[in-house]
Amino acid sequence: MTRCLLLSMDEWRRQHSPLVPKVERVHLQVGTFTCVEPDQLVVTWGDAVRGSWLDGAELVIESVLLVGRCVPCQATYRPDPSCGFRSPCCDHPMEEIVSGRELRIRSVAYAFADQAVPAPAAHPPAPCPAA
Amino acid sequence: MHMPLEDNLGLNLLAANQHRADHNRAHFDAWKLLCLNVMSSPGAGKTSLLERSLAALASRWSMAVLEGDMTTLLDAERLEAVGIPVVPITTGRACHLDAAMVSGGLKLLQQRLDPADLDVLWVENVGNLVCPAEFAIGEHRKVALLSVTEGDDKPLKYPVMFREADCVLITKVDLLPHLPVDVERIEVHIRQVNPAAAVFRLSATSGEGFEAWHGWLADQLTAFRSAPALVHA
Ligand SMILES: Nc1nc2c(ncn2[C@@H]2O[C@H](COP(=O)(O)OP(=O)(O)O)[C@@H](O)[C@H]2O)c(=O)[nH]1
Ligand SMILES: [Mg+2]
Ligand SMILES: [Zn+2]
Ligand SMILES: [Zn+2]
Repeated sequence: MTRCLLLSMDEWRRQHSPLVPKVERVHLQVGTFTCVEPDQLVVTWGDAVRGSWLDGAELVIESVLLVGRCVPCQATYRPDPSCGFRSPCCDHPMEEIVSGRELRIRSVAYAFADQAVPAPAAHPPAPCPAA
Repeated sequence: MHMPLEDNLGLNLLAANQHRADHNRAHFDAWKLLCLNVMSSPGAGKTSLLERSLAALASRWSMAVLEGDMTTLLDAERLEAVGIPVVPITTGRACHLDAAMVSGGLKLLQQRLDPADLDVLWVENVGNLVCPAEFAIGEHRKVALLSVTEGDDKPLKYPVMFREADCVLITKVDLLPHLPVDVERIEVHIRQVNPAAAVFRLSATSGEGFEAWHGWLADQLTAFRSAPALVHA
């Protein structure tokens, strides 16, 4: 997943080309119901960015808790593995997941060393090259 | 002067991979080729499953294998022995297959045959219960294996894999008489993380359970052919 993160950051950097932003902080949202171990990701991030254009950038991970929706009564609840992820209200299995699957970059804090600072642009997802 | 800036991105880390996976998927759909992503921890029985299923189904369907879990060259030989084309995928020691690797495998496959002539493409993923669950490769169905020797709490320890699977195969059930493990509990735990999954109990050694599993496969192929462009959730 570190690789995915670096690729996404490279992509973001290209949008500022030819300027190279000096990244101070990358704010990541990671659901607790994903394969990512936040502590581990912070360590591999530190190793991966050393000596690169992202050297010194801090990775801040915000955990997003697993929330399920109980299908019979539509209540939301915190699924607990020790209760088999079942809803406490109706004892229903975890059919719907409301949150907890997130793996996304929320924001990037950065600066330009140059005097010429372009206006911050919006960054929509890259268009489909294969379309 | 250093002017602090902040971009709000909301960018999905898996978006680039998903994009490539969608591209693979579009090819599979155009070829009317059902693609299965077979995943498990190392040694749970993926290659043994393929050996037995390929041998049993080769007379009904035309199939090929993309092999991403080349623990030994013997694995590919075991499958080629059944008379099915096997293309190794170069993973560069990655702990999972991604859509780009599968796309590379598809190009190699196309040098050997026309994928449009195939009915089913099996992809044996890297032996790992963690990240393969997050990386789509363009597959139509995800199949997760769990051997009875792995204990009954695996589905709760690696819930994402079992949640994402369309079908979970409990393997090596021939060993149950020798193990202090309750197969009912394994199945209960799978259903807790994924109430919708199809679950089968198999033994590649005795052949137990393969008829039901092949029945499920045939159903998937029928459903796929009647609605090939339908996006599977
Ligand atoms: N007893 C028993 N052993 C099995 C079964 N399926 C696979 N094995 C053994 O488990 C080991 C790993 O199997 P393999 O298919 O290579 O697993 P993979 O790493 O997931 O591809 C091999 O020694 C197989 O002979 C089964 O149904 N019963
Ligand atoms: Mg194998
Ligand atoms: Zn309820
Ligand atoms: Zn991986």
